[in-house]
Amino acid sequence: MEKSKKVTMIVHSGDFDKVMSAFIVGNGFLSLGLEVTLFFTFWGLKTLQKNGFSNAPLSKMNMLGLGRKMINKRLKKHNVASLEELARSFKDLGGKIIACTMTMELLNIKKPDLREDLVDEYGTVGLYCVESKNSEIHLFI
Amino acid sequence: MIEQITTVVDCTNENCPMPLVKTRKSIMKAKDGDIIKVIGTHPQSFDEIPLALDSLGKKIIDKGKTDENWYIIFKV
Repeated sequence: MEKSKKVTMIVHSGDFDKVMSAFIVGNGFLSLGLEVTLFFTFWGLKTLQKNGFSNAPLSKMNMLGLGRKMINKRLKKHNVASLEELARSFKDLGGKIIACTMTMELLNIKKPDLREDLVDEYGTVGLYCVESKNSEIHLFI
Repeated sequence: MIEQITTVVDCTNENCPMPLVKTRKSIMKAKDGDIIKVIGTHPQSFDEIPLALDSLGKKIIDKGKTDENWYIIFKV
């Protein structure tokens, strides 16, 4: 078989719906047999803190958390997988997650604060750029 | 002759992208030559799973729709 293609994504946003999109697209590429690396930086990295998924706001109509509650209900009603399930699947299919160490310093996030079951590597932009240089598809979320 | 189905993947009532993800997971667990049957109800998954199987180089043996669901049978 030919060498599988690679996808790299920068997850900069900490909005629930955007992080969800990143994981959905990531799962899609993995399902097609591609390799996928997500680089979580800035507000995106905050969602990888413990309870980060449940605390992430909506990008629109958040209404102090009320919108988020409504979306959770609708996701359940329409049998859409939760962010937790999507992240789990992403890992099960071999997806890779890099946590940005510069953001960790900037926002004072320590390794034990992060979901160590999800993070594969801790690195700077250089690590991301090396991965990205060797990949064909690049997305910024 | 109809080949023996090794694994059935039930995605009934599951929405995008889980039927696709479950199909991929079943392939990762399977051995070469296994026959997998995926069953689901989400209409668009019936269209996207064959695209993924094509990308993975897996051959579809049969696919179709019944009143309750759709099915896709392929060889790993």
